[in-house]
Amino acid sequence: MTVTDELQTKVQEAQEKLDAHTRECVQWHFNPETGCPFWLNKAKEFDFNPLTDVNCFEDLKKFPLFEDEWLRGGPVRRWLPKGLEGRPTYVFETGGTTGIPKSRVVVDDFRIDYEMFSETLPDEFFPEGGNWLMLGPSGPRRLRLAVEHLAQIRGGISFCVDLDPRWVVKLIKRGKIQEVKEYSNHVIDQAMTILSAGHEIKCMFTTPKLLEALALRLMDEGSSIAESGIKGIFCGGTEFTPQWYRFAREELLGEDVYITPTYGNTLMGLACGKPFTQEDNYKITYYAPQPRAVIEVVDFDDHKKILEYGETGRVKLYTLTNELFIPGFLERDEGEREEPHEKYPWGGVSGVRPYHIFAKTTTVGVY
Amino acid sequence: MLEVPVIRWGKSYESLAKEEVVHFETGETLASVHQANAGLVNVDMRHAGKAREILRQFSVDELMKKCAEAADYYLNAELPLGDGTQTPEDFCRIQSATTGLPEQMCSANMKKNAFVLSNMPAMLDALTRGLPLDILSRGYGMEDRGVMVSYQANSPVMGLVLPSNSPGVHTLWIPAIPLQIGLVLKPGSQEPWTPYRMFEAFAKAGVPREAFSIYPGGHDVGPAVMDGCERSMIFGGTQTIEMYKGDPRVQVHGPGFSKFILGDDVVDQWENYLDLMVDSVLINGGRSCINCSGIWASRHGKEIAEALAQKMGPVEPLPMTDPAAPLAAFTVEGAAKAIHEQIEDKLKEGNATEVTEKYRQGERLVEEDRYGFLKPTVVYCPDADSNLANTEYMFPFVSVVECPEKEMIKRIGSTLVCTAITENEKFQQQLVDSTNIDRLNIGEVRTNAMNWLQPHEGNLIDFLFRARAFQNSPPPAH
Repeated sequence: MTVTDELQTKVQEAQEKLDAHTRECVQWHFNPETGCPFWLNKAKEFDFNPLTDVNCFEDLKKFPLFEDEWLRGGPVRRWLPKGLEGRPTYVFETGGTTGIPKSRVVVDDFRIDYEMFSETLPDEFFPEGGNWLMLGPSGPRRLRLAVEHLAQIRGGISFCVDLDPRWVVKLIKRGKIQEVKEYSNHVIDQAMTILSAGHEIKCMFTTPKLLEALALRLMDEGSSIAESGIKGIFCGGTEFTPQWYRFAREELLGEDVYITPTYGNTLMGLACGKPFTQEDNYKITYYAPQPRAVIEVVDFDDHKKILEYGETGRVKLYTLTNELFIPGFLERDEGEREEPHEKYPWGGVSGVRPYHIFAKTTTVGVY
Repeated sequence: MLEVPVIRWGKSYESLAKEEVVHFETGETLASVHQANAGLVNVDMRHAGKAREILRQFSVDELMKKCAEAADYYLNAELPLGDGTQTPEDFCRIQSATTGLPEQMCSANMKKNAFVLSNMPAMLDALTRGLPLDILSRGYGMEDRGVMVSYQANSPVMGLVLPSNSPGVHTLWIPAIPLQIGLVLKPGSQEPWTPYRMFEAFAKAGVPREAFSIYPGGHDVGPAVMDGCERSMIFGGTQTIEMYKGDPRVQVHGPGFSKFILGDDVVDQWENYLDLMVDSVLINGGRSCINCSGIWASRHGKEIAEALAQKMGPVEPLPMTDPAAPLAAFTVEGAAKAIHEQIEDKLKEGNATEVTEKYRQGERLVEEDRYGFLKPTVVYCPDADSNLANTEYMFPFVSVVECPEKEMIKRIGSTLVCTAITENEKFQQQLVDSTNIDRLNIGEVRTNAMNWLQPHEGNLIDFLFRARAFQNSPPPAH
C-alpha cells in the first residue's frame, strides 16, 4: 500500500465517521425529546424531514444557510437542546460593539474543544504544570474561559488581563488613534505586571498585535519573551500570516520559543494548524476538528460548490456537536482549499484572510 | 518581472508577503513588491536614531552637494531597482503604467524632483531665512548679527505615508536628507517607483543607505510608520485630514480646494485671464491639490464658465505615450464611474449646471474594462451655496461660482492655493490676512506654478526642528 493509498483510506474512514456523526447529530437536534426549540420550530419551515432525509454529511446541504443574525437577542435558551436542560450553562458573545451581540449557549463544548486542542500542543514548550498568561479579550467571551480550562487541564493556572475589545473598536471607528495606543499600553502594563510578579508563567495565549506589543515592551526594557520565561505561545487571528510568523520567529521570539497558530471562533471551536516549515514558505494550513466541526472552501458565488484543491474561495463552516447545530455558515474569511493531511485526513484551508468584499469595512482592533 | 524588496535602514529584506503591481490597461504584472508588516516597522524604529547619527557624519554642505549629484543620477542614470535596473525612460514607462499618469507628466515630475534636489542650497536658505545651516547640525550657534540661536531636531527621522496617484508630492520630503534627518517611506501601492529611484540616486551620490527605510505594505504599515516617527507627513483625503488635525507630530496633505479669484476691479476684463484659468485647472491632468477647482467672481460667471468650457470641453484622452496626453486615467476599477455618478447626482439635486457638455465629444465618462477617464468638466454655480461650489475631483473639474467680493474670502473655505487677480489694495490686504488660505498668489500666477523657495503647507524647518533657548555664558545683567 503506498502512502497515497494509506492517506486515501484514512480520508475514506474519516468521511464515513463524519457521515455517521452527522446522522447522530441531526437525530439529536431534531428529536422533540432532545432538540432545541429553535431547530424544532425551524424544521416546520423545511420541505424535508431532517430525521428521515438526512443520512450523510452531504445531506446537510438540504438545509438553508445558517444566518448568524438568528443568534442575536433572547431568550437564549431557545438554543439549548432539551437533552441538556438542567446542566450549568454559559452564554458567550461575539461582536457587540454596537447593537445586540450574537450569543451562543454552551455547556461543555468549549472544554471539549480545548481538551482536543491541548493534545496537539508539544509538552516541551507547553510544559505540564506551567502557568499561563491569557493576553486576550476578557468579558463575555469564550476565549477567556477556554484558555483557563486549557491551562487547568495541563496542570497550570491562567492569569488574565482586563481587555474590552468593544471599546477599542469604538475608539478606532472614532479615529482616536492615541487613545487606542494608550489602551494597548494599559493592557501590556497588566501583562508586564503579571510577568514580573513571580508567577512562573511559561505559556501564553495572545494575538499577533498583542504579542508584538508585549515583545517590543520587553525589548525596550532590555528583556525578551524568552527571557520572561515564556516557552510556548498559542496565537490566533487572520493576521497570523506566513510573513508575520517568520517575522515573529526571527525578530520577536528567537529559536527557544514555540508559537502555534489557530483559527477559530465562538461558533465553530478551534481549528488546528498543520506543522509548517521554512521550506514550505511557512504556509499556514488549518484543519477543522472533524467530525465536531467541518470547514469547506466554497465558490464565492455558489456555496454548495466545493472548490478543487488549491483554488480560492469562501470559508464555510459546520458545527455538529450536541450543543450546537450549524448546517453550513459562510464565514467572513476566504482562503485556499488544501489537501488532506496524514494527521487530519480531510480538506483544510490555507492563507485565511478576511473575505475580500468585507475586508474593506472590517475594523481590526487591538487584539 | 522585477522583484522589489523592502528596505530596512538601507538593507534589502525579502518578505514572504508580496503584492503584484500591474499595468493599468493590460493587467500585465510589472513587478512583485515585497510587503512589510507593521511589527517589522516597529522593530526598526527602535534604531531610528542611527539614521540621523550617520547623516551627521557629513556636513549640511556636503549633503547638499550630494543632492545635486543625486539629481543628475535620478534624472539620467540607469539605477538599480530590486533585482533589475531602471533607466529614466523605464521609470516614466512603469510609473505611467501603474498610476495612469501620461508619460510626459511622469517626465515633468522627474524634472521637478531633480530641480528641487539640485537647488537645495537656495531652498534651505529660503526655508531657514538665512540661518547658517551648521546650526541645525550642531544644535546651536551664533548668527552673524551676534545672536545665539538653537534648533533641536524634533525627530531623527521623518515618516512619509505617500499616495499612489500623485507622483508630484515627492518634492516635499527630499530636503530631509541635507537636513540630516533620515527617511522612513511607505510608498503608495501603485507608485513605489519614486522612493526607490530616489533612494538609489542618493546612494550612488554617496548618501549612506542606512539613512533610508522603504516599507511597501498593507493598511497597518502606514499607521506603524506614523507611530514610530516623531514627525511624519501623510497624504490622504478629507477623512485623513480630520483624523490627524491638531496632531503636532503629523503634517497632513490632502485635497487642496485651490481657487482662482477675480476681484470686482478686474472681473469685467475676465477674458484677459482665461488662459491662466485654463492652465490652473488643466495642467498635470487636473490631478494635483494645487490645480484650481474653483473660480470665484461676483459677475460674468456664466460667460467665464462658457469660455472655459469652450477651451477645455474638446480635450480628449490620448495614449499614455503621446507627448501631448492631457488626461490621467483612473486606475482603480469603477473609480471614474463612481465620481461621474456623484457629479451627475449633485447636478440633479442642486442648482449647478454643466457647461462643458455641448463642447465635448460624447460622455464625460470613458469607461474601459480595467480603468476609466473623466473628461474636463466646467460647472456654473449661481451662488456659493450651490452643492458643487466647493468640490475637488482628481481630474480637470472646475466650478465657476458667483459670489459678492465682500463674502468671497469667507465662503471659499479652506484653500491650499489662492490666486487672486485684483489691484484693490484693501481686498489684497484682506487676502493676506485670511488664515483659510495657505499659499497666496496676488497677480497673474497659475495656482499650480510653484516657487520651491516658498514653504508648502507649513515650513519644513519649523516642522522638523524646534527653536529653543541656549546659553553657554551668563546673560547680560538686567
